[in-house]
Amino acid sequence: MNRQLPITIYVLSLALVLTALTAGRAFAQGPQPPTDDEVNAVAKELFCPVCENTPLDVCPTQACRQWRDQIRSLLAEGKTSDEIKQYFVDTYGDRVLNEPPRTGFNWLAYIVPPLVILLGALSVVRTLKGMKKPVVVSPAGGADRSEARRLAEDDYAARFEEEVRKRK
Amino acid sequence: MTEEIKTLPPKRGAPLWAQILTLAGLIALLTMVWLILGKRQQGSVQPGEVIPDFSLTLFKDYQYNEQTQVSLSDFAGKVVVLNFWASWCKPCEQEAAELEAAWKFYEARGDVIFLGIDYVDTEPEALLYLKKFGITYPNGPDLRTKISQMFRIRGVPETYFINRSGVLRYVQVGPFTTLQQIQSIVDSILAE
Repeated sequence: MNRQLPITIYVLSLALVLTALTAGRAFAQGPQPPTDDEVNAVAKELFCPVCENTPLDVCPTQACRQWRDQIRSLLAEGKTSDEIKQYFVDTYGDRVLNEPPRTGFNWLAYIVPPLVILLGALSVVRTLKGMKKPVVVSPAGGADRSEARRLAEDDYAARFEEEVRKRK
Repeated sequence: MTEEIKTLPPKRGAPLWAQILTLAGLIALLTMVWLILGKRQQGSVQPGEVIPDFSLTLFKDYQYNEQTQVSLSDFAGKVVVLNFWASWCKPCEQEAAELEAAWKFYEARGDVIFLGIDYVDTEPEALLYLKKFGITYPNGPDLRTKISQMFRIRGVPETYFINRSGVLRYVQVGPFTTLQQIQSIVDSILAE
């Protein structure tokens, strides 16, 4: 009997603490509606379904104001940003997203631009390689090209020096 | 010692496979752009076109023959008046009373059905709008804008009149101003 008493007290204390914590959380959530910043943080990731290419957080139409109110209500219900975005997609379609979902035909939007950039970069590299210094070719074909070039430069230097000497 | 200095032309051009790949990609991209632009310039569906079947989940408190979801095929043999609207659309308010009056006028006949499709709207405001104008004909949201995309609507309000055979007969872009305007269109389709 004496042993049971501390256990009972312990369980009751734990239950009281848990109840107090839960009640505290419920009290904290209730009277605090989502702020404008919280609403806009979700809204800026969505686009107005009526006026194209306008993010929802800056869209001035009545429809957008209604949608921002909807976001506020959903946040107040405890929905996460992803859940709210999914709600908007389910209701208004994929075009409300600021980027197309990575499914089906939409993959082209993700694959084509990097592919084009890659091909462009390859093309630039090849072009730059082709623009290297001119190559000297010996008509005799005996010496290699760099040797022929060195000889040609030496010959020019020798003739230049000879000309300078003559003029002195 | 004489030497001829030649400048070899730089080697140009990508490998054949890269050229083919680039060309194929370019053609695919241009085809996509052409198809998308073509679709956008097509405008809304035109009179004479057969309207494909679609489903509409009705708002709560709205039913048709005790169903909460209706399809166009449910109305085979009837003239269908399909009205796209939204609670944020001011011109829609101009015709709301006329549409309801027209529905009341034809409801008892049983061969004309009015259907309201709420375009990109929020449900609380949509329900307030329906209550405000006392709209009683079946209404529901255009979820994922599937129906409006099918009709390729350009805005709201737009009203589509479909004959008993499911063929589009008339499109009204913008609001109706009188009840007689709606009646004359419905009567002409009924007389076919």
